[in-house]
Order: sequence, then structure tokens, then C-alpha cells
Amino acid sequence: MLRVESVVKSFGGFRAVDGAKLHVEGGEIVAVIGPNGAGKTTLFHLLTGHLSPDSGRILFKGKEIGGLSPHVICRRGITRSFQVVNIFSRLSVFENVQIAILSRERKSFRIFSPVAGMAEEEVHRILRSVGLFDQRDVESDLLSHGDKKVLEIAIALGGNPVLLILDEPTAGMAPGETERCIRLIRRLSEESGVTILFCEHDIGLVFEIANRIMVMVRGATVVQGSGEEVRRNSEVRSAYLGVSGEC
Amino acid sequence: MRRPSAPLLLLLLLAALLALPQVLPRFHTYVAAIVLLTALLATSLNLAIGYTGLYQFGHAVFYGVGAYGTALTLTRSGMPAPVAFMAGPLAAAALSLVMGMICIRLSKLYFGMLQISLGSLVWAVVYRWYSFTGGDDGIHGIPLPDAISSPEASYYFTLIVTALCVFTMYRIVRSPFGKVIQGIRDNPVRAASIGVDVRLHQLASLVIAGFFGGVAGSLFVVVENSVFPDMMFWTFSLEVLIMCLLGGMYTFFGPFVGASMIVLLRVFASVHTRYWGLILGTILTLVIIFLPDGVLGVFVRRSPPKEDRGA
Repeated sequence: MLRVESVVKSFGGFRAVDGAKLHVEGGEIVAVIGPNGAGKTTLFHLLTGHLSPDSGRILFKGKEIGGLSPHVICRRGITRSFQVVNIFSRLSVFENVQIAILSRERKSFRIFSPVAGMAEEEVHRILRSVGLFDQRDVESDLLSHGDKKVLEIAIALGGNPVLLILDEPTAGMAPGETERCIRLIRRLSEESGVTILFCEHDIGLVFEIANRIMVMVRGATVVQGSGEEVRRNSEVRSAYLGVSGEC
Repeated sequence: MRRPSAPLLLLLLLAALLALPQVLPRFHTYVAAIVLLTALLATSLNLAIGYTGLYQFGHAVFYGVGAYGTALTLTRSGMPAPVAFMAGPLAAAALSLVMGMICIRLSKLYFGMLQISLGSLVWAVVYRWYSFTGGDDGIHGIPLPDAISSPEASYYFTLIVTALCVFTMYRIVRSPFGKVIQGIRDNPVRAASIGVDVRLHQLASLVIAGFFGGVAGSLFVVVENSVFPDMMFWTFSLEVLIMCLLGGMYTFFGPFVGASMIVLLRVFASVHTRYWGLILGTILTLVIIFLPDGVLGVFVRRSPPKEDRGA
């Protein structure tokens, strides 16, 4: 479904992503891990159009998407959440998800029909599924950090994605919240069959839920394979798991 | 978020405004008309600033172009009045589209700076082109249709048009488009990630704001019978911006309240003192310190979050 081939992205002289390769099949949960500064977020920005690759290919469903605008890529079926909370802070929780749905349904240029109640059923279904239903009328800025991160995922779900990209979904969460979030990711994959690509610092969780893992170091792909394959890889051990164990 | 009594308050206000020329002297009716059209202007600006998050610093240009468009059509083209009243707002919307296409590439303050520059260009042309626009003298004694030429009739015309326009904008703000532009205001990057073409929506919002700003300008012609270049000078743009901030730019009727306050203050405080700006400055300072969300912002209750479910 998604194939990334030798993608390069430099900022000035620094090659943040340097020949990364990635392969995601439909229905999988794929994790990207790597030390801080390995280029995980940059790679995700390249996949969703927030950055354009300098070279290399990004194929989604067989078509090149590298360098397209974020809104075009979203319409192709890739939606994402962000590492740093990125929500519509003055809108209610309900409205945050609602506008994602309206945008998907191409209703964003309707200027006279009342928006109240539009797509209500779907918004409620998504909010129930992520556990934010009770807080649907709260201004999203007033949510706790953990709930904001979950709302991130809910907004991405509003786009009814084929591929859901989650950039450190549990960053900054309390342990209990992290567990809830991981359970949610697994459940989404099981229930809706959506393909999930995520990156995460908590290695234990990654090995727990990912079908396959891609390891990135200094912008390049070291290995992509099952948890067992990654664990056995000597390069990964020296570069990442063993030496810089603080991650 | 508004209190349930708000529609009732609005109806009462509308009734009071309808009765106003019957009970108040002619001068006060004239002031009320100026308040209404200025409130319409501020509300239209707020579509861009408060609802789309664009730093629209040159909004008076669209007001001015709306006024000149109507005035020039009435005095120079011999076209019927209804055409003139559409020509002004449409010219303002067209200018808004062109300026928007140039400015939208820049973000935040740079957008505003470029808009002031382009707006000043328009002002300079109007200010200097004596043979066409009347230059710094402006245009006076603009002929109006008999139906709206008396002070009372011009007031009612202004009231009806303002009410219709404000109602239309109210509908727009509560439409899918209105919600999406508020999303863009809060977070343009995120909006793009949910599939929204951010610039296209921003541009649409600018055109709508420019159009209604132009309508306010046309109404000015009806009330004043004249136009002059200073109504599109950038300092007036900032005055309209202050109206939005004063009333509350995150509320729909805030700019309306802010505009009323400033116009009334200017008219009635300037009777007593030349230094009415001092009074305005004091009020503004107090509002910014004590009511950072504006006068009406106080009434918008931010619903408190439910208790966090345990970690």
C-alpha cells in the first residue's frame, strides 16, 4: 500500500532523512523506531506533504505522492496525528472531529446550510470509540494533555483514512493514559481494518502491538521486519537498543 | 454558547431601532445610521480576523472602494441606482480577491503589512486622481433615489440592509464553511491535514469580508451623500480593528458592540472635549487589562472540562 524508496531530505547541509526505505501492507500496524533525531518525524512529514522530498519515491497505492500538498494527500486517504498537540483549540471536541468529516465529504464550501447537527452520528461514533464522548461539548483547549492526544487521533479518524499515521501518539502521556492509547490503536486496527503507521519511543509497547518494525538511525533505514528479526539484528543492537539504551 | 435570552434581546433591539427615528431628533437618527453601517463594517472585518485568523489590517480600503464604486456609478454612469448599490460591494469583493491572491502567500503579520501597503496604493490613487475621483476633495452631493434620500428613509434603508447582511454573516459563521474557517484560524497546518485547501478557504473568506465591507461603504453614500479618500486611509482600518478587539473578536456580535461604543464615544465625547481619543484610550486600556476577550467575550462561558478520568 505504501512504499518509500531511498527518500532524502536535507535541511541546509544536514541530511535529516537519508535514503529511508519503508514498506507498509494494507491492514498492518507498522512502527518506526529510532533514537531522537533519527528523522522519524521528518519522514512522516514527507509522507503527508508537510515537507517535499529532495529525491526518492513515495508511492501510495501505486501512485507517487511525494511533494503533493497535505490536503491533496489527505484526500487520497492518508490522515495523521501530530507529535506536538495540534488541534483546533477554540472549537469544541465535537466540532474538531466534525470539520474533519465535513472536509472529507467536500462540504466545506457550503456557506448557508446550518452546520449544527451535521455528521452528528459519525462524530458521536468516533468520539465513543476513542472515549471522548462525554466531553464532546468541551472547548478542546481545556482538555487534559492525554485527552488532547486522543482527540488528535479522533480528528485523523474523521478523514476515514486508509492509512493512519500517528506521530508519537503517547508522547507526554501518563502511564495509564499510554496504555489506554495503545489499546485504542490496537482496537482501531482490529475493528476497522485501517492500516496504521506510527512512531513511538516506548519500545516495549512497539514490540507489543506492531506487526512489523522499521528501525531508523541517522536518517537511514537499518532494518524493517518482525519484532524478532529486529531484535536479532546486530546493527540495531549496537546502534540503538544496546548502546543508546536511554531511548 | 450564548444565553437563551439572546434572540429576545435581539428582537427588542431591532424594535427599538425601528422606533428610533420616531422618538429621537434628526441628528441622533443620523448618528444611529452611522453606528449601524460602521457596525456592519466591523462585523465584516471580523469574518477575516476573528473567524479566519487573517491579519486583515487594511479593511477600510474595501469600505472605501464600496463607497466610491457606488458614488462613481451614481454620479458618472447614469446607471440606475440598484446597479450602483451592487457595483460598490462587487468592486470591493473583486479588489479583495486580487489583493487576497497577492497577500495570502504571506502569513500572519506579513500578510497584514502587505495588505496595508497595497491598500495605501489604492488610497493614493483615489487621493490624487482629481479628474475621476475628485482627489482629496472627494465627491459631494451624490444624487440618490427619492425613496431613500430623506434622513429618515436613509436610516431605514441602512437598518434593513445592515440587518440582512449581519444575518447573512451570522448564517455563514454557523455553516460548514464557517466552522472550517474557524478551524483554519485555530490551526492552519492541522486544517490542511484534514484535507482542507487552506488558501482557497482563506481567499473565499476575504472576498466575503470585502463584499460586506463594500456594502457598508455603499450605505455610507446613502447616509452622508458624499465620499472622501480618508475613509479608506489605513488609520481608519486600524480603528475598525480596534472596534473588533474592544467588542470581542471571538464573539459574533462583539464587533457590533465595539463599533457602537467607538462611534458614540467619538460623537458625544467630542462635543465636550477635543481629546476624546484620551477617553477612548483609557477605556481600551481598561478593557484589554480586565476583559482580554473583549466586552462581549465576558459573556461567552468557556465550559469547564469534566473531571479527568484517572490516569
